[in-house]
Amino acid sequence: MTLGEKINAANAEALKRILGAQPTLIGVGTAGEDIPGMTKKTILHSGPPVTWENMCDPTKGAVIGALIYEGLAKTPEEAEALAASGEITFDPCHHHNAVGPMCGIVSYSMPVWKVVNKAYGNMAYCTFNEGLGKVLRFGAYDESVITRLHWLRNEFYPVIKEALEIRGEIDLKVLIAQELQMGDDGHNRNRAGTSLLIRELAPAIVKTHFDQDVKVRALEFLNSNDHTWLNLTMPACKCTMDAIEGIEYCSLVYTMCRNGTEFGVRVAGLPGQWFHYTSEKVEGLYFPGFTEADANRDVGDSCITETTGIGGFCMAAAPAIVKFVGGTVADSIKYSTEMYEITEGEGTAYQIPALGFRGSATGIDIRKVIETGIRPVINTGIACNRRGVGQVGAGVVHPPMECFEQAIEAFVAKYAEG
Amino acid sequence: MHQINKLFGEKLHMVNIGVETFYQDMLSQKEAGTQDIEVIHVDWKPIAGGNKKLAGMLGMLK
Repeated sequence: MTLGEKINAANAEALKRILGAQPTLIGVGTAGEDIPGMTKKTILHSGPPVTWENMCDPTKGAVIGALIYEGLAKTPEEAEALAASGEITFDPCHHHNAVGPMCGIVSYSMPVWKVVNKAYGNMAYCTFNEGLGKVLRFGAYDESVITRLHWLRNEFYPVIKEALEIRGEIDLKVLIAQELQMGDDGHNRNRAGTSLLIRELAPAIVKTHFDQDVKVRALEFLNSNDHTWLNLTMPACKCTMDAIEGIEYCSLVYTMCRNGTEFGVRVAGLPGQWFHYTSEKVEGLYFPGFTEADANRDVGDSCITETTGIGGFCMAAAPAIVKFVGGTVADSIKYSTEMYEITEGEGTAYQIPALGFRGSATGIDIRKVIETGIRPVINTGIACNRRGVGQVGAGVVHPPMECFEQAIEAFVAKYAEG
Repeated sequence: MHQINKLFGEKLHMVNIGVETFYQDMLSQKEAGTQDIEVIHVDWKPIAGGNKKLAGMLGMLK
């Protein structure tokens, strides 16, 4: 077999695993009890590894909030001193089978969704989405943020835990496939997905033993936030893509993520190695009162959705998204169509109605990215570059080409020269 | 020379390869009626954007 044939065979196997994944919601737990390698002084963040000194301002704000929430600090000043002291272990969510949107901060006592890939047995975890406005994932840490985090832990989490015990596991793949037929892309537009989740959970929530007002608050919270579903598509995609990690000779990407400072890429045949470079500013539309000067660099683990073939790769499935991220419906079709140039194959469950129910472009091949110069397309929210402000817009962004150039160089060194 | 002049006296059928702005220019001339031409565009770029080092690496992975 030539090297090219070995790579092609490995990529075919990887595509088979991606398409054969069975991401399933099996319950909720807490980061400390369920996420491997967590300690009371571990803080997980989005993107590739980053030190406290190099974190962007919103991520620093989110770390401060998490330390106050955990009772490790009483004031922002105390939290900042603790974060800088070296006592806190900072590590990417991706090193712990987890993913986090935007700053992606996960601390010990936070509740998490527990998702398993039933085809391969690997787990993935993600916190509950807090909603929009002043929230931890955008670096806010005032009293309202900490109060909401405690409510999520002390009231919402027990309700969802019991509801899921009553309801039983939920097949996330089926729901993602359905939301793509209902105008969602699975990354930035989650209205259909959240609605489908509520249909699954509502009867079980009503059947829990909690007081009526507690159950009503839980349902109202789910219903008030379209992005509730994002924190389930992300671990669904995470456990889908982790199943290809370590396939020898495989040149497909299994991780794309950003920490607000750098973009990171990992390749299945080069397990554990990060290829990282300064992340780009997002091109998009800004909310009233904000401009590009307010925008942080691209941030968050949410582009695990694009890595799996949804999100920006399914923009043609979500024409309404262009009203939010800018561009035209024709642009959304162009984005989705172009991605077939750089991928190994096409989805079977995840299909795009506007493209004649064609399966979405799946399995980004670093060889094809380098050969064509076409970079994966990501649609994403834009975080304010100042902690605590929140989302200031949304748009389209790409990974830096340097990540793929580093990756192909390492791939050649291991497989062609090694 | 005679043959080329003859060519320009007929309707032109053109294939534009690579840089799309040439295609757009010819299309606008056609639409304005200043040129009687048929033109199609072929979306083509050199491998790895012409970067020899990267193209060489891709060659090693065949």
